[in-house]
Amino acid sequence: MALLQRVAEQGRRVVRFTLDGRPVEALEGDTVMTAMLTNGERLRRTEFADSPRAGFCMMGACQDCWVRTEEGERLRACGTFIADGMRLLSGGEWTS
Amino acid sequence: MSEVLPPVIVGAGPAGIRAAERLVAAGLRPVVVDEAARWGGQIYRQPPDGGFTRPKTALYGFEAGKADAVHRAMAAIRDRIDYRPRTLVWNCEDGALDLLCDGASETLPFSHMILATGATDRVLPFPGWTLPGVFTLGGSQVALKFQGCAVGRRVAFLGTGPLLYLVAYQYLKAGVEVAGVFDTTPFAAQARATTGMLRDPATLAKGLLFVGWLRAHGVPIHNGIRPVRAEGTERVEALVWRDARGQERRTGCDAVAFGLGLRSETQLADLAGCRFRFDEADRAWLPERDGAGRSSVPGVYLAGDGSGISGADAAELAGERAALGLLEDLGRPVDGKRVKELDGRLARIAAFRRSLSAAFPFPADWADAIADDTMICRCEGVTAGAVREIARSGQAREMNRAKALTRAGMGRCQGRMCSATTAELLSRTLGTGPDGVGRLRAQPPIKPLPVSAGAERREVA
Amino acid sequence: MRERIECDAAIVGGGIVGGSAALFLRQAGLSVTLLERDWCGAKASGVNFGGVRRQGRPLEQLPLSQRAHAIWGRLPELLGTDAEYIRSGHLKLARSETDLESLIAYRERSQGFGLGLEIITGEEFRRRWPALGDRALGGSLCPEDGHANPRLVSPAFARAAAALGAVVREQTPVDRVEKDGDRFVLLSGDALEVRARFLLNTAGAWSRRVAEAFGEPVPLESLHPNMAVTEPLPRFLDVNIGVEGGGVYGRQVPRGNVVVGGGRGFALDADRARPQRDAVLTLMRDAAELFPQLRHAHVIRCWTGVEGYTPDRNPVIGPSRTTPGLFHAFGFSGAGFQIGPGVGQTLAELVTTGETPMPLEPFRIDRFPPTA
Repeated sequence: MALLQRVAEQGRRVVRFTLDGRPVEALEGDTVMTAMLTNGERLRRTEFADSPRAGFCMMGACQDCWVRTEEGERLRACGTFIADGMRLLSGGEWTS
Repeated sequence: MSEVLPPVIVGAGPAGIRAAERLVAAGLRPVVVDEAARWGGQIYRQPPDGGFTRPKTALYGFEAGKADAVHRAMAAIRDRIDYRPRTLVWNCEDGALDLLCDGASETLPFSHMILATGATDRVLPFPGWTLPGVFTLGGSQVALKFQGCAVGRRVAFLGTGPLLYLVAYQYLKAGVEVAGVFDTTPFAAQARATTGMLRDPATLAKGLLFVGWLRAHGVPIHNGIRPVRAEGTERVEALVWRDARGQERRTGCDAVAFGLGLRSETQLADLAGCRFRFDEADRAWLPERDGAGRSSVPGVYLAGDGSGISGADAAELAGERAALGLLEDLGRPVDGKRVKELDGRLARIAAFRRSLSAAFPFPADWADAIADDTMICRCEGVTAGAVREIARSGQAREMNRAKALTRAGMGRCQGRMCSATTAELLSRTLGTGPDGVGRLRAQPPIKPLPVSAGAERREVA
Repeated sequence: MRERIECDAAIVGGGIVGGSAALFLRQAGLSVTLLERDWCGAKASGVNFGGVRRQGRPLEQLPLSQRAHAIWGRLPELLGTDAEYIRSGHLKLARSETDLESLIAYRERSQGFGLGLEIITGEEFRRRWPALGDRALGGSLCPEDGHANPRLVSPAFARAAAALGAVVREQTPVDRVEKDGDRFVLLSGDALEVRARFLLNTAGAWSRRVAEAFGEPVPLESLHPNMAVTEPLPRFLDVNIGVEGGGVYGRQVPRGNVVVGGGRGFALDADRARPQRDAVLTLMRDAAELFPQLRHAHVIRCWTGVEGYTPDRNPVIGPSRTTPGLFHAFGFSGAGFQIGPGVGQTLAELVTTGETPMPLEPFRIDRFPPTA
């Protein structure tokens, strides 16, 4: 279930991306954080405890929202805008 | 040499914009560097380009007029400044800033610089505070203002400070269920402090309106509480809290918006070599500044919440004031009447600000209640017990040593989220005041820097 | 009121050399006072790269380095912590035939010191370290070298010494030092006077003042190795990496962060230094070339320290040539971390027995031509 809830500004163009391989939709102007958290409950799992994280400060200070793409890129989710075709991951890369 | 370099302003919030406006009026062409894609700062943050339609009255409420004025001021000078949005300043060294834009690094020399770096929420930890669904108050406001999103369906508002009631009110207005306002300040303290707040009846009235509105809509407001934990495994399911009488209670919610006032972003001032002092009101080490915003380093000026929390109105005034100080130091003519007016207004805000601190005091005892197994450093997963142990065993008597030995503050955020906690834990374990354990030294890069920037270096013409 | 301490040995400088000397002196039953102007292990000993490496050292250092190697193997027993020390191996890469030849030559020359170097090239090299890309032709592996967390190791030596009864005073700069009869007298402001039969000068980049006080000027300069660490990344590197010819070095800690070093920072003043932007950016470029896995990674912190360098890049170790009872050990020129505890043990030996099997001739303090 989604963590963030849209309460306004829902008339924007739809952007399509994948989240953990699953095709999902967001809206133009969404941050990667909004795009992921309106389609899921977390952004990543932590390196040291494998616990879920979903960001915290939303203004580029806490650095808790770094997410990965399938290509291996790392994005700060609160400060990066979603784009068509992004392939984002929310799982841990540590424990497998 | 110093005359040929344009002045640099870091930050395009109310302080940075008003500073730029004043420098432009004096015929200069400042460089304005800002991490965001659009100007406005956090408080007057503008929605992204592309399809957002809410009017400013919906975004900024009572502050819409001020937000609009600040936005317009920047729009009006846009062509007369060197504006660098989406640009991180990651270092300050030897009279130059290092910028990161579109993955490339660039060095920008300066002779005069105004730091208007703003602030973020000050936080202390409680069990469960890293769960998905726990966000800062400022972040919760950003979600609403910048993205048209609520952080949950049923949100608990926790902490202290003016943002607590404001954001709860904004959420309620946006149609989100507010599970309650959980204010760490005892009711009596707040009531006493309102007397002082009469200096600024408009602000007081707004505060009362928020509270009244929340109450009228059946939102429970609890004073003098302490959080016990946020419950949940994959996300927040409830906030457990202790009421003013010590009774443990549980409130179901799927999000917690949380903050204890604000803390200044001081890393660049530190790297620039500015002298710091401990500020009792902010309970933090801040770069020293004189009435005009001059730091201890010639040519470096400080304005806005980045060098002490004073709010957006003060930031506008301080930005302009710093620009006037800078112009004066350049030997340019300066309107003395305007200087006087700004100084007077800043002094009045400072007095009001003291009452505000009294109304929303930092819950200093909170740190004592943090259980040893509570994670205090979100980045490195350091527990409160580790910091206490390092202090108790005599291994660390100050912040940098505690960082070296425990990793608290060593991660991606460089202590932004944990250093208030570490300072409280250290000082309370050692029995010093909060000023007795020093402050974390800033280290470049002040935010994570892509390794690839090493090969993507843009030379300055 | 000035506090007075009488002891057998006074040590100036609580880095890894001074801290380990204090520990071994206490084990030998001497009374020890260790004075540190900052915090023990907070300077070069505590902020260096963390390589625990014998490979590549000048041959004259290898006996001490081997002695240190044995001590590193006993860390938990000595310090009560492993300080994240891992014998991961140290792999020195060759990027050209010439570099490979010099690695082979070093293996030949260092035979008999017990480093156990293996030259690995071609197919086998790619098979064992697929993560290292194609840039290197091969490398020389010292299987029992490794790395450790300097922030934890270096303070732990002084702490272990204190636990055995050494008097350890931090935030205590030595303002004056002189010899009064058969006693050294050390003053820290008006607060503290230490009198001791022996004096160890292990003050790192700040050692020159003590040496000069006894008429032994040394051409020691302060330099600032530049280092950076990335965010945690999935493990791809199990060895500590150096490159023949120098330039860049790197290791990945078990938590996933990759620590890299190369280039120089700059001094803010005599006590403090900062990474330098050009060095940082160059280091990032070189590190990304060395480790393709860093392509999408971020540097989260850069730092440097203040380290004493001698003209010949060998340390000064051994007895003073002017003053009986005084022993020096400093000027490790960026390579003191691994060897430090071996030097500390040797100093303790010199103090307690007056001699050591370690060959210290190459490290004599009077080997430098007098400066103009």
